[in-house]
Amino acid sequence: MPDAPGLELIAGEINDAHPGAVLATQHEHGQACLIVSAERVLDALRWLRDTPKQEYGFLSSVCGVDYLPAEPRFGVIYELLNRDRVERLRVKAPLDDPGADELPEIDSCVELFPTADFQEREAYDFFGISFRGHPDLRRILMPEDYVGWPQRRDFPIGGEPVLFTHNEHQAPGWYE
Amino acid sequence: VNPEAAIAEEQLEPATELMEINMGPHHPATHGVLRLIVQLRGEVVEDLKPVMGYVHTGIEKSCEDKSYWKAIPFVERMDYLSYFFQMEAFCGAVERLLEMEIPDRAKYLRVIHMELNRLHSHLVWLGTSALDLGAMSMFFYCFRERDRILDLFEMSTGQRMHTRYFQVGGVIEDIPVGFEQGVRAFCDEMPSRVDQYEAILDHNEIFLQRTKGVGIVSRERLLELGVTGPLLRAAGEPWDLRAASPCLAYGDFAFRIPVGTVGDGYDRYRVRLQEMRESVRIIEQALDGLPEGPFIADDRKVVLPPRHELSTSMEALIHHFKLVTEGFRVPPGEVYYAVESPRGELGCFVRSDGSSKPARVHFRDPSFVNLQSLRDMCRDGYVADLIQNLAMLDPILGGIDR
Repeated sequence: MPDAPGLELIAGEINDAHPGAVLATQHEHGQACLIVSAERVLDALRWLRDTPKQEYGFLSSVCGVDYLPAEPRFGVIYELLNRDRVERLRVKAPLDDPGADELPEIDSCVELFPTADFQEREAYDFFGISFRGHPDLRRILMPEDYVGWPQRRDFPIGGEPVLFTHNEHQAPGWYE
Repeated sequence: VNPEAAIAEEQLEPATELMEINMGPHHPATHGVLRLIVQLRGEVVEDLKPVMGYVHTGIEKSCEDKSYWKAIPFVERMDYLSYFFQMEAFCGAVERLLEMEIPDRAKYLRVIHMELNRLHSHLVWLGTSALDLGAMSMFFYCFRERDRILDLFEMSTGQRMHTRYFQVGGVIEDIPVGFEQGVRAFCDEMPSRVDQYEAILDHNEIFLQRTKGVGIVSRERLLELGVTGPLLRAAGEPWDLRAASPCLAYGDFAFRIPVGTVGDGYDRYRVRLQEMRESVRIIEQALDGLPEGPFIADDRKVVLPPRHELSTSMEALIHHFKLVTEGFRVPPGEVYYAVESPRGELGCFVRSDGSSKPARVHFRDPSFVNLQSLRDMCRDGYVADLIQNLAMLDPILGGIDR
């Protein structure tokens, strides 16, 4: 993990190269986190991957988070790893909820990190975060015809009815 | 009908026509309910798309409705062959949020159980993979040893699988009398068993021909795809989180990281086999160095008080009541903690909002990420090699679907 001053240096350098990309930094529990504007997230990730002395070349994990009731509501979290120095760096892109039926949008990083393919599909599947430029953005774990974004905080647990013989006639589309 | 034209058409057909076939989800060689949509040109795989989600049970969502200690049994049911690793990833993440240090004895006990678990997982992999390739007797030999490990788990934790042994702060119980002897007897025997497996498979012409030179993906491509664990090490990259960023007590032990050279199916098999030997070494060292002392931290706000105190101490009773009903509260924050599971980097992201329930639990499951490399392994190979590649990939669908 970069230490707190190191993290500030990284944030400053990214902002020099891409003004306005880094919004804030967080350093807690010994883990470093850059909060990056959702529009500039690819710039920041590319900078972190390609800049000499940084070289966070391995993307461990991508996941969506719902911060309801906080604003901005959604976040996409990238866990970067430099395998030579064994340093992890978290990049977090906050996303506003556009409301109604619109989905929050962010650029896909599959071009930079092919490993993000399945994981972005997972974030789309569960949070309804739309990744612009993803080659194959479909649901991955939920059924293709599923309606709703089950891991959003306002989706109730038990929102999906459990089918038994006594209620399968009521479940739409299940019992023909 | 012009017979010559008909023959010409027949000859042309396999070369031009793409056939799309569906493999699974209920196919014994897919190691669970994985469905593959395979495009074939003749017998050659042109393209492949995995379809999963058939055993999705919404564990991550369910965890948000459980207090932290009640979420432990949930998370260990994701990847049902590496439950100790799931528990460690989750408990370790919560401990980091609480900034809690666990006793040395707990660290050693966790390592012992995790390495036994790694042996167990690799044994199931070896048995089922060899079965896929036609070596049926391997299955029985591997499951014989696996059962001994499960017996040991039953001895120390009371359960054979899904043990809920790790707690936030340590482990639930100290190991019983006789456990150490049992593990030592097992460790004495296991290396010779691995030699036997090797003797069976390494002289099996069918096994060698089906694994050697099959499913090669370059190291660079594997890293791009985020592949970790034995698959990456078989391609020659000595990357192991146990050595790279030692969690628990892994820094205290001497062990080697086996790596392969070309990264074909045979290397993946060799790497896992050697890992089993190294796991035995780690367990033996952990037993030798097992420190005395408490097996769980002494923080009464997080850890259940010992049972005997409940009948004498009012305070202990109150703590017990609060912990069992509400659970403990965790200060707000976000943590990512990764351990080296038998399949690669198993990461757990936990967000706490200050209440007694996690606000988000996300597991970076190694099978899920590794599965992306299956397409690269299988393209331009035969259908029969697809089975071999899938077996050597070792996906656990419970972990993929969560």
